[in-house]
Amino acid sequence: MDSGQLLLISAAGMLAVAAIAQVAVSGMVQVGDAVAFGSLVALGELLRITLPGNRESAPIAAGGALGYALLLDIGAHPAVQSALQVIVITIGGMIVGALPHLAAGRPAKLAGMASRLVSVACVAFIFRPLAPTALMQRHWPVALAVMTLLVVLAWFVDALFGALIRAEELRARFGVALWDELRVQLPLGTAVGASALLIAFSSEVMGLAAVWVFTAPLLVSQVAVRRYVGIRTTYLETVRALSRMTEVGGYVEGGHSRRVSRLSVAIGRELGMGEADLEELEYAALMHDIGQLSLRDPIPGGATVLVSPGDQRRIAELGADVIRQAGVLDQVADIVMQQSDPCRAPGADQGPPVASRIIRAANAFDDLVGSSADRDRAAAALERLRLDTASEYDPGVVEALSKVVGRRSLSLT
Amino acid sequence: MSRLSKTTWVYVVAVMTAAAFLVARGPLGDISWPKVAVLGVLFLVCESSSAPVGPRQFTWSPSYAATLASVVLLGPAGAAIVGVFAALRLRRGLLVVQRVFNGAMYALSAYAAGRAFVAVGGRWGVPHQSSFPGIIGPFAVAALVHLVVNHGLVRGVLWLTADSSSKQRLPAVVDIRLMLSDLGYAAFGLLIAALWSVVGPFAAVLVVIPLFVARWAMRQYAAQQSAYEATMAALCKAVETKDFYTRGHSERVSKGSAMLAREIGMRANRLEAITYAGMLHDVGKLGVPTKVLQKSGRLTEEEYAAIQLHPMRGLEIVREIGFLDEALAGIMHHHERLDGRGYPLGLAGDEIPEFARVIAVADAFDSMTSTRSYRGARRIDQAIAELRKWSGTQFDPALVDAFVTALEREGWERPAPIDPPASSPVGVTAQDHDDPTAPLQVVENR
Repeated sequence: MDSGQLLLISAAGMLAVAAIAQVAVSGMVQVGDAVAFGSLVALGELLRITLPGNRESAPIAAGGALGYALLLDIGAHPAVQSALQVIVITIGGMIVGALPHLAAGRPAKLAGMASRLVSVACVAFIFRPLAPTALMQRHWPVALAVMTLLVVLAWFVDALFGALIRAEELRARFGVALWDELRVQLPLGTAVGASALLIAFSSEVMGLAAVWVFTAPLLVSQVAVRRYVGIRTTYLETVRALSRMTEVGGYVEGGHSRRVSRLSVAIGRELGMGEADLEELEYAALMHDIGQLSLRDPIPGGATVLVSPGDQRRIAELGADVIRQAGVLDQVADIVMQQSDPCRAPGADQGPPVASRIIRAANAFDDLVGSSADRDRAAAALERLRLDTASEYDPGVVEALSKVVGRRSLSLT
Repeated sequence: MSRLSKTTWVYVVAVMTAAAFLVARGPLGDISWPKVAVLGVLFLVCESSSAPVGPRQFTWSPSYAATLASVVLLGPAGAAIVGVFAALRLRRGLLVVQRVFNGAMYALSAYAAGRAFVAVGGRWGVPHQSSFPGIIGPFAVAALVHLVVNHGLVRGVLWLTADSSSKQRLPAVVDIRLMLSDLGYAAFGLLIAALWSVVGPFAAVLVVIPLFVARWAMRQYAAQQSAYEATMAALCKAVETKDFYTRGHSERVSKGSAMLAREIGMRANRLEAITYAGMLHDVGKLGVPTKVLQKSGRLTEEEYAAIQLHPMRGLEIVREIGFLDEALAGIMHHHERLDGRGYPLGLAGDEIPEFARVIAVADAFDSMTSTRSYRGARRIDQAIAELRKWSGTQFDPALVDAFVTALEREGWERPAPIDPPASSPVGVTAQDHDDPTAPLQVVENR
């Protein structure tokens, strides 16, 4: 586990221990309400979903915990739970909800839970002291404004931790990772925030029934998001699988498409590309040789780096035509189309897009090295690409490639 | 709706007059106009977003929440006025008469709901803590009345404007699931009304946000799914570019398999899987050298073996995709025969997975109804006769019958006849492994 994750988990753990100790001494207030919210959090943890990019999320748990932190009144009586009690209830619900996952042999995903706990704790520490004040109780516009700010804060804190963990895990730049995290979490985060406000306000009129009623739209969103993520995964799996068509057909060496795509994504990340761009890059890299399927017979050895520039361009254009037929991947088609263009062509005022340059370099590297893990061979290939940086390959891309390759051979030895 | 019949005009004018009369009768004196404005705008936003959301499993009718909230907050006349906002719906291409009818229809159903709410003891106005739970019963009645009147009026106009052929296609009973989900959306009306006492007009905004996020997610799902299908189809086409006689084969087999699967009542997720399996059934042909696929004389045993291997090659490619296992089995066994003389494993009868038996029928049918270099495309009735001829030995008889029934109902679009260019750089298939009427010619060296 990375050090950042460890730090976050131990901070959340200490917070939890302190809160539990304090509440154990002072006792719990309004136990019935606490149990209701705790079970909502547990349910939410049980129904965790995975967001695009393999992110864990538990919208219902987050909505329930935030709602509890923002509670003003339940029915006729004011809600008087302390911030520490909110933390205790949240952690209790999380543990209960995580148990079935553990029992089923799935990982507990402590980092995600810790990040959710800390973001709820931030809100609770700010809002619980404010809740009994006349300002909050009497002036709903003020209360609404404060609560809105706090749910935005919760969204931001959660994304911040998420980005820290991912930046470390994937070696992405922190700024890029944060932006991606905020973007991915925005739609469900909005639903979570709105539901938390709804629960907090409507408990005053409807009592605890509000807790369950306002979970319904979150549940619907969650079901739709789950299906959405499912189809995205199948999509990527299908393109990955079908990219092997060129290998089965004997057009390229086994594993070529997969290696080029992995290398390309690593280079793209090194160059600070965002997730959306990386996804396009991955698709383009997987399908970069699809044009060869239109050739009657495979080119000898399958290595496009060795054929004439004219043939390279023709394969690129055929491939782009195939992809363009889908009608939904035009960007990807453009990337594939320009993969054979030299980085600095005489007369052209701007070269191919960076994704095309990445694929060009990664493809050349893999054609020269293949599946071999020989460091000398990799070094020689890199040297050859470097010699061509004047016109053929983008120097920045080649530098990133050499960093990626260097890291890889380091981890291999 | 360009030319309305006389009865339709009578119907439309009657609905409009009734709505106008009831709204005018009021009482309008004690209606809170700011609330009407807020709820009207909410209604309009919801109604304008009500384009189809994609997959059929999801329905989207949040405007019910707005009308029912106004039933509680504004009473019958006020709710009717909010319903009139439907006429302003932000969508191009709506005729004036459609707009006016929509407004009148929503006004009428909201008014009826309001009357029902009052009749069973509901008291309209901003509800308070003491209103719960007594308000729930009258609200449920109001929601039900709104639903019935609204669906009834819509069906009326659909019935009157439909021509005789599409009249038969109108379902006799209303979709129960649709009604239930509409009632679910209606329930959010009570929540808006309940929150109104705490946060005023923001109640409407807060309640609608999670609903819109849910809709966003459904849209994303639908968009992603169609992108996925398009991409898969494009990649399968890439396999076919080498031979213009088989172009479009994958897509047509996919369509035919889905048609047959629907006919025998497959569940939605299996139907989806067989659509994909049909599309991908021949990707393994890539593993067969082009010169073997396009050889015109007798095949050597090695060459025949290479062709027989293509279902396994296909499986090898698609195995990592997270499909139902059934789809993979369908791809692997689509050349098995009922009498056990097929390949790759020589399974017989019920041993052959259902997906494979379905794909086999659609596969052979498309092959026969397409042009091949050695013969023209067969007519549909000829191809059906061939299917029947091989039914029981090669194909599952029950599936052949179901396929013919489906064909009669839905029809089949044969590919355009192919006129091969005299000197084409791409080769052609000289014998088609899918064609049951012209089995592959193999050298007999024993």
